[in-house]
Amino acid sequence: MQKDDERLVHSRGEEFLQVFKKGAEFTQELLRENERLRFRLLELEKSQVSGEPAPAAELKKLNERIADLEQEKQEILDRIKHVEEENQDFAARYLEIEDENNNLANLYIASYQLHSTLDFKEVLQIITEIIINLIGAEEFAIMLLDEKSDELQAVSTEGIERSEIPSFRLGKGIIGSVAQSGENHFASDFDSYERDFSAPMVCIPLKIKEHVIGVLAIYKLLMQKKEFAAVDYELFTLLAGHAATAIFSSRLYSDSERKLSTIQGFIDLLTK
Amino acid sequence: MSDYNVLIVEDSPTMRQLIAFALKRIRGVRIVEANDGVDGLKKLSSERFDLILTDINMPIMDGLKLVSLVRNDANYKTIPIVVITTEGAQEDRERALALGANDYITKPIQPTKILDVAKNLLRIV
Repeated sequence: MQKDDERLVHSRGEEFLQVFKKGAEFTQELLRENERLRFRLLELEKSQVSGEPAPAAELKKLNERIADLEQEKQEILDRIKHVEEENQDFAARYLEIEDENNNLANLYIASYQLHSTLDFKEVLQIITEIIINLIGAEEFAIMLLDEKSDELQAVSTEGIERSEIPSFRLGKGIIGSVAQSGENHFASDFDSYERDFSAPMVCIPLKIKEHVIGVLAIYKLLMQKKEFAAVDYELFTLLAGHAATAIFSSRLYSDSERKLSTIQGFIDLLTK
Repeated sequence: MSDYNVLIVEDSPTMRQLIAFALKRIRGVRIVEANDGVDGLKKLSSERFDLILTDINMPIMDGLKLVSLVRNDANYKTIPIVVITTEGAQEDRERALALGANDYITKPIQPTKILDVAKNLLRIV
């Protein structure tokens, strides 16, 4: 769909360039014709002055032709102006599509990487890479919810020691509320934000459908990252879904692997 | 036969994929990936490259060491190098450029920026 749009924009752009080029050639031609007629008229006027009578009918005809050509020229100039405006619109649209295409590619690669492994540690590493490289966060924590104790605990951190992050009760404070409600939290003013582990500048629930399994808490952005772009919000939404699924699957896989090896151990013991 | 051989030196597969995606817009580009500076040097010795893009923070050998080694090797010293990093401070930028990097791009990744810088260094109009 995206590519079709791009192709359409390309072909329309080419068409307009052709029209523009033809218009320019035609204008040149008209200007030459205009010049030729003006010269002819001048000659006729000269010959009139020099006593040779110019045929009035021919003079009138030439004047009319000049008027027609002038009008035609004006129409073409208007058309060129219109085409130029349209061309500018298409160029702007092309840039927009290019940006969207890049953003979609980022999102695609992020989700592709998230589901490329069933290793829990690797999944956490990939989430960390996405947050640093695509979102531009410097300090953050990935916290998972322990459903038995209803507590959120950091399982991975970047830029902060994991031991520095306290655990949070479900429903309590900003982090607990985000985990309970499943709604994103963004600090009202990033410029004046000061690090507070219980009140991150951004807190995103990691959820599978409506089931929250943890949160992502961002405490600091890279110094060159001043604000969030539209694609960042899309990435947050993507993370909320795909990261949660990837974390959940990898945990499930490790659990089943562990159980399988325990059962295998028992079987080996019994069959010896 | 490719028109441009580009080496991406980056320890994160996600990042390598993102950079490669941006560069694939260049017609005739061929991309070779390396996990760190040492791997990068190994790949450099095996074929001719027109451009190197490297991260700074990598295990085994970091990007700045790689820039320095490439610039001091008569065989590779003319290859343009772009540093892509999270380090946004001016002194980090100046350090990389002083070591011989041709350009310096800060993360988060912007494919358009990578493409523009690469095209410029590959002298593609």
